[in-house]
Amino acid sequence: MFNILHVAAHSIFIITLALLLSLLFNGLERKLIARMQARIGPPIIQPFLDIKKLFIKENIVPANSIKWLFNAMPLVALASALLLFLYMPFAGMPPLLQAHGDLILVLYLFIIPPLALAIGAFASASPYASIGAQREIVLMMSYEFVLSVVVIAFAWLLSFSHAGAYAFSFDTLTAYPIWNLVDGIGKLGVALLLVSALAVFPAKVAKLPADISEAKTEIAEGVLVEYSGRNLALLLMAQAVQALAFASLIVALFFPWNISAFLALPSIFALIADFIFFLVKTFAIMFASLILVSAATARLKVDQAARIYIYYVFLLALFGLAFIGLDRLLVM
Amino acid sequence: MGLDALKRSLWVFHINTGSCNGCDIEIIAALTPRYDAERFGVKLVGSPRHADVLLVTGPVTRKMKERLIRAYEQMPEPKIVVVVGNCGSTGGVFYESYNLEGPIDKIIPVDIYVPGCPPRPEAIIHGLAKAWEKLEGMKKCKQQNL
Repeated sequence: MFNILHVAAHSIFIITLALLLSLLFNGLERKLIARMQARIGPPIIQPFLDIKKLFIKENIVPANSIKWLFNAMPLVALASALLLFLYMPFAGMPPLLQAHGDLILVLYLFIIPPLALAIGAFASASPYASIGAQREIVLMMSYEFVLSVVVIAFAWLLSFSHAGAYAFSFDTLTAYPIWNLVDGIGKLGVALLLVSALAVFPAKVAKLPADISEAKTEIAEGVLVEYSGRNLALLLMAQAVQALAFASLIVALFFPWNISAFLALPSIFALIADFIFFLVKTFAIMFASLILVSAATARLKVDQAARIYIYYVFLLALFGLAFIGLDRLLVM
Repeated sequence: MGLDALKRSLWVFHINTGSCNGCDIEIIAALTPRYDAERFGVKLVGSPRHADVLLVTGPVTRKMKERLIRAYEQMPEPKIVVVVGNCGSTGGVFYESYNLEGPIDKIIPVDIYVPGCPPRPEAIIHGLAKAWEKLEGMKKCKQQNL
């Protein structure tokens, strides 16, 4: 009984922290993009103001939509995005529900928010939303390949080097950082995997150059077109949370180190140091693959984006896998 | 949490009801680095469902009348209508033209008029600031049960 209460309290803490952090990162992103465009930009707390405003707005449900589906999907999107943080290492701590889920569950949970968004868009009966939802699905099918190659490479390598350990658990991934398992050409392979995972980032969170599903000037915000008020607030929060979640997934896979392992700190300071180090790592990932890229690029067409992901990025990931394999051959 | 939540976060939907594009370009100019309306939380959105402010330009041609009403009705409450330019405010040089249904306040309730042909971007931002004041007024009326 006590254990259940403890887990519940802990997960509420993690979810609140994740929500606050992701909105803060979203504000920072808007501010930095504005600075790069020589503008002053909105205050960093702007996403909080926007969300607060959306909650007092009227919540319109279109007359010929499927109402329960239309209203349920924003909740599903936000809930599954937030649930991710219970199964992933977050803020330098091991995942709370480690015994109940692994990397494969996390990958499946990552699919739910875009899927919920697409279903909600189809349910809204708007032609713009329908176009947006189709684009979302096309894009999702093209980048999921890349992510599965990345995960397969990790599991394959770990099953060779540490045959006894469970290769898909975050515990193993944290205990044996991938860079230490390979050398020479294998390190190049891991770097290629990292680049291809980073290339997926903009498509995963629908930011430029891959904001094709909600192209504002083209299909009137696409999947979001009929959402207003509270539902829109939930969807915007889900997107922000997904961005933080994907950044922390990349951190957990490629940069699982904690700073407290290198500095001998008393436990409370170690927690704080790890937390700050986690923020620095996730922000660096976001800055490199989201903020810089979306400030510098224009929107791709959906067929261009799908071609880039299916051909080039997928090929890049496959080369990474091949290099890692080659490295294993050289070791043996 | 009341109407003052709108103060630093006004999302704007822009509709052209037959304007010559002069006002529309000035609206875009208000978003450029020189004026940067986004620092006040003003954002141009692509769907009337997301909007707090309907920014209307042009003298409303016959074809656009129904569409204007429809866009207005699609916006969630609370909402504000801001007219940009002389054409929308009075009809401007097209006053009493045979093919017009406007000016805009004959069709939908208008809160703020920004005159000019075209108005400067500063004037448009000033108009949005007036929209905040109007919402604040609505809040005060609500508090005093007026």
